[in-house]
Amino acid sequence: MTTQFKRWIKYEADTDPDFARSIVESPGGERLRHCIQCGTCSGTCPLATHMDYTPRRLIQMTREGFKAEVLSSFTIWLCASCYSCTCDCPKEIKITDIMYALKRRAIQEGVYPRRSFPIPVLAREFFKMVYNRGRVSESWLVTFLLLKTNVLKFFSMTRLGLGLLRTGRFSPKIESIERREELQRLLDAVGAAK
Amino acid sequence: MRYSYYPGCSLKGTGRAYEESLLPVFRALKVELAEIPDWNCCGATAYMSSDESCAFALGARNLAIAEREKAGDVIAPCSACYLNLNKTQHYLAEYPDIGRKVQAGLRAIGMSYAGTLKVRHPLDVVINDVGLDAVKALVRKPLKGLKVAPYYGCQIVRPYATFDDAFNPTTMDRLLAVLGAEVVPYGLKTRCCGGSLTGTLEPVGVPMAHRLLLEARERGADMVTTVCPLCQFNLDGYQGTVGGGADEIAMPVTYFTQLMGIAFGLPAADVVLNRGIVPAEDVLARRQIAV
Repeated sequence: MTTQFKRWIKYEADTDPDFARSIVESPGGERLRHCIQCGTCSGTCPLATHMDYTPRRLIQMTREGFKAEVLSSFTIWLCASCYSCTCDCPKEIKITDIMYALKRRAIQEGVYPRRSFPIPVLAREFFKMVYNRGRVSESWLVTFLLLKTNVLKFFSMTRLGLGLLRTGRFSPKIESIERREELQRLLDAVGAAK
Repeated sequence: MRYSYYPGCSLKGTGRAYEESLLPVFRALKVELAEIPDWNCCGATAYMSSDESCAFALGARNLAIAEREKAGDVIAPCSACYLNLNKTQHYLAEYPDIGRKVQAGLRAIGMSYAGTLKVRHPLDVVINDVGLDAVKALVRKPLKGLKVAPYYGCQIVRPYATFDDAFNPTTMDRLLAVLGAEVVPYGLKTRCCGGSLTGTLEPVGVPMAHRLLLEARERGADMVTTVCPLCQFNLDGYQGTVGGGADEIAMPVTYFTQLMGIAFGLPAADVVLNRGIVPAEDVLARRQIAV
């Protein structure tokens, strides 16, 4: 009788050095390998307690090439871009920009922590809206997001919705620039992957 | 003094009270703002998460139009817009590949950007260009006795802290003091408000906003004042959703421009306190400040 054990150890052959290299080569990623694992980023991060890997750990996993774990982590999507880590890092690593590079890679490869996880869906809806109209219509953006992730949440938002209506801050108007075609040509020219 | 004005999407939507109070205050300060014609979205955090070249192209088109219009440096009141336009400037200059790609894109639509403009925040302009003496001269109704927690949020000072400290900024503190308000010590002044997580991942985002409000209450603040439409939205809009009932906070959250308007004695229509979901009128009445 054989027993199947889950292997916890990762051999060097299992890691992806090209992944680490591509992040180093992305704008802002150039100092990734300078990390001294001091943990200042994790200490200053207001979201570290909610993350599956703290920023310090994620940085180490990224440069060791733990591609699958890094790209499917909640950590990269929980980063709210407050730049505390970037400003505090004693080795001047642009950690926020590395988080962005990892988010882009996850979107490219279609890897998310779970199905209909709302944060990448928001990024995609936002991207489409600005590509098509040039501006964001906040009310419609929220509507699209909830339709694609959690329709029931509409009910829990009535208090906020009514508050915005009462104060004249909820607008059904679709915002748009005049020269939309010009903006689309610009985004296509620099490589919009619609 | 003349500047190009980049409002951004929020100031035309949920953050309209910011624009509605900023424009009359700047008129009173004799600062001319020329809205950038046909400006587009700054990309917020979503574009940088999707495609960095597109994110920089969005910023570059706005800067190119502003440069062509020759109306002067760009004022961006929203912290996300301020950061993204500044970031575009930095990356175009520091990363030649991005610079070339974006300039080629601009050429394809008959534009170019020489990089002659600065991107400024209205708080920076009030403090450093207008000056607190000029502000003081306009104060008709000092905000005497009003206890204010100055909340800066993150992206106005990080990572491009051009006019203030990245973790302990003081420009708004000094401005509020000149308006006659009492500034309470507020250590969380640049702690993240939760950003868009309040909408996408409420159990994580909303407590972040809530913590800021609780701290302001502990400090004895009558209200929190902000410089960013997303901070204002999160702090004002989600007060009832966590804790509820007994832990209802009822802390008004205003823009610094609204307090300037009150102190300058501008009419209620230029102060737009009616845009706050949590009303500020009671607190002001208690401190005998008339709007």
